[in-house]
Amino acid sequence: MLCLLLFWEFAKIGIFCVGGGYASMPLIQAAVVDAHHWLSLSEFIDIFTISQMTPGPIGINAATFAGMKVAGLPGAAAATLGFVTPSFVLCIAVARLFFRYGSIGAIQGLLNGLRPAVVALICAAGLSFVALSLFGTEHFPRGLAAMQSAFDSRSALILALALVAARKKINVIHILLASGVLGIVLGAIG
Amino acid sequence: MADGKNPGRGGHFYRALFCSTFWISAFTVGGGFVIIPLLKAKYVDEYGWLEDKETLDLVAIAQSMPGVVAVNAAILLGCRMAGIPGALTALAATILPPLITLSVIAQAYEAFASSPLVRLALKGMQCGATALIINVAVDLVRKQCAEKRAIPLVILVGTFIANFCFGVNLMILIVIDALVGLLCLRWAEPN
Repeated sequence: MLCLLLFWEFAKIGIFCVGGGYASMPLIQAAVVDAHHWLSLSEFIDIFTISQMTPGPIGINAATFAGMKVAGLPGAAAATLGFVTPSFVLCIAVARLFFRYGSIGAIQGLLNGLRPAVVALICAAGLSFVALSLFGTEHFPRGLAAMQSAFDSRSALILALALVAARKKINVIHILLASGVLGIVLGAIG
Repeated sequence: MADGKNPGRGGHFYRALFCSTFWISAFTVGGGFVIIPLLKAKYVDEYGWLEDKETLDLVAIAQSMPGVVAVNAAILLGCRMAGIPGALTALAATILPPLITLSVIAQAYEAFASSPLVRLALKGMQCGATALIINVAVDLVRKQCAEKRAIPLVILVGTFIANFCFGVNLMILIVIDALVGLLCLRWAEPN
């Protein structure tokens, strides 16, 4: 039953995630972290981190990781298969249309509407990451006093440095490894 | 396929397709935009299974379909080369490496994540990952603003507020935005 639920949840994500790897994250977060509590937000960000450094798309990696944690290897397989099944059906169908007619005009409008939506959802997911990094909670604390008491200055320093490095287009894996080393060093002296 | 261009794909073809795709997927870090040029190099330049132009068209479709771009590209190119069996072969070869890698890492994660040193490193990397997301978000918002078109900006701001401030279900938002796009943006120039 659990494997079926994993398959179904990830199939829904597979249908609704348009726009590549980053676009799948808010949807996976909503299902896996918020709705079913299969993973904590912290574990979810760890998956994202690991995905940046290991082969494979984030969607597949998150599906495998969450499935593995909830129901072992069968769970990992169920979640991954669920995630790619809608892609498979839709791609084959569209490929057939494309090979026959040479274009797919109606889909263009749909995509024009979805592109800005995906940007918005990535921004929202990014802010929940910021809340966790700086304050250790999934939502921003309410009120200035609560913010001050929960504020993690070491994390803020790492985040700021990593952001500067990312703006300078330094290699993603180097940024993440350096952040990890900095986390250990600051943690040891703090 | 539709035009019958599917000549004599034997067991040898499927083995070559599976192996080449599997190894590319196993050693490519960085998602669709890295893996697609490698698939193209194998299928088009090395084996001559596909032509250059149709590959570009199929990659464009892969980017606009739901799901993972690399997986979609493998399905579409596989389908072009050898119909549904080809699509299934390419799909399996693409998802097996991350499935195996992440299953192993998930086991190790359970064992390592409780160690204080690993915890500190992961916490640091969470901050790094957050910076990466912010970086991507900033680029995307800037690009969208540079287009200077009203309806997409309304969609962007409206979706953000509905999701972040009011917690509206993502799938409902996506359906609404797709409908708005279908009704209002159908003839707009793609960026």
